[in-house]
Amino acid sequence: MALAVFYVLALVTLGGAIGVVTTRNIVHAALFLLAALGGVAGFFALLYAEFLALAQVLIYGGAVVIVILFALMLTRRGELELMDEHKRWPLAAAVSFGLFAVMAAAFTIDAASYNAEVRTSVSLDALGAVLFERWAAPFEIASLVLLVALIGAIVIARSGGRDEG
Amino acid sequence: MIEARDVLYIGAGLFALFNGLMVVTLSLVWLERKFLGRLQGRVGPTRVGPFGLLQAVADALKLLMKEDVSPGPAARVIFYAAPLLVFVPGFIVWLTIPFAQDMAVRNLELGIFFFIAFSVLSIVGLVLAGWSSASKYAVLGGFRSAAQLVSYEIPIIMTLLTVVIVAGTMNIAEVVEAQASVPYVALLPLAAVVFLLAGIAEVGRTPFDIYFAESEVVGGPFVEYSGAHWAVFFLAEYVSTFVIAALTALLFLGGWRWPFGADLPPAAGVALVLAKTYAVVLAIFWLRATYPRLRIDQLMSLGWKALIPLSFAAVIIAAAQRFYGWPTWSLTALSVIVLAVPAILQVRLQRRPAMERARRYARRAMAERAR
Repeated sequence: MALAVFYVLALVTLGGAIGVVTTRNIVHAALFLLAALGGVAGFFALLYAEFLALAQVLIYGGAVVIVILFALMLTRRGELELMDEHKRWPLAAAVSFGLFAVMAAAFTIDAASYNAEVRTSVSLDALGAVLFERWAAPFEIASLVLLVALIGAIVIARSGGRDEG
Repeated sequence: MIEARDVLYIGAGLFALFNGLMVVTLSLVWLERKFLGRLQGRVGPTRVGPFGLLQAVADALKLLMKEDVSPGPAARVIFYAAPLLVFVPGFIVWLTIPFAQDMAVRNLELGIFFFIAFSVLSIVGLVLAGWSSASKYAVLGGFRSAAQLVSYEIPIIMTLLTVVIVAGTMNIAEVVEAQASVPYVALLPLAAVVFLLAGIAEVGRTPFDIYFAESEVVGGPFVEYSGAHWAVFFLAEYVSTFVIAALTALLFLGGWRWPFGADLPPAAGVALVLAKTYAVVLAIFWLRATYPRLRIDQLMSLGWKALIPLSFAAVIIAAAQRFYGWPTWSLTALSVIVLAVPAILQVRLQRRPAMERARRYARRAMAERAR
């Protein structure tokens, strides 16, 4: 049962990922991205990480909307065709495969140390305790980085149009 | 592990929920037309069936029999998938909403977070409906819906977080259990008000129906839809309204637990929850009848300058109360104070022109008398 669900999710995730990089329509690409990220949320749910699964839906569901909006508002019909001649795809592919290889290696080197038999979900209390006690500093730094990015975006957006107030 | 039996159970539950929500939607349509009619000094539908009860059924049948047209340049697949993308998130939330103790399809430990996560997804459907219609009004409506829903998502999340902090759980049934003696509307009036207002904006009911405003974008993302596909949007709106009303009833008005306590039979509990939910729905209709539609800039400034700061204040109050162990009544006191400040400011702002004119007249009268 779990295995069948896993294969369906894998199909959705990989199909979505392939669709993102092959389709030429930017809105379709965003939708494929939604499918791929939804598949990942399914994996999390399958692994009893309910909170992660829902966080995935919440964060990336909203993010895809923003991607679609930017795609529609920042491009015009003519520019869409210009984007077709993407000459730098070998570089992008190399970087992606390199990243994938590093992450896959990180997980397979000490694969034996993961206990595959553990089949309980982590309670929210435990997750919160770990996040705010053991990993409090990285967590706060991550939020700080996001804040800096936000303020930076505002500064960049404002500096051009100061005259209009 | 999820067994095949569980899947079957959830499937049956969702089927029952779907049919139940159809009936609820028909009742809401009838109730809205009747109630609005009464508020506006009319009688509402009277012709079809006793008290016009079958009017909504007749309308639904008419919608299903209408020809289903789509614009020539529309992106066909997305155009027909978009109504489902709007409806399914609003519907799937019902999976975890309990009607009484142990009466949810699946009482999730992360129930409130489940609602937050899936309610975001309906924005995708609205934007795609607007984009795929290949119509300027529809695209504008789609953009407006994205701006509005993304903005009003924040106060909803923050007020729900307040409830979670005070109750100490995300399980909706346990939140209701925690309200045995005092409903949270008394403890967290600030969060309750902000949640209801932001919730109405989230489903786009009338004071906040900026994204399908007929007089501006002639129906927004739905402008090109007709027949059954339009009916799905219509359905989604009523189902989402009912979700917001039900969550208000459960999280703030004490659900089945308040004011009768634990020894209520389940059937009476369901009746109590439904009664509270319909009361909130009537309040939403009442707002619709009372206030004109906001302008888009007013809508945005209400969201960003009023509701979002107020919702953050609610979270900070709840967190401080929990952290320092202040007495429970301090929650109510602080909430009322925070709620009173913008109310007083608003009243002063609205009265300023009248007050200035009164002072001007008074000065002139004094000057006349002196001469």
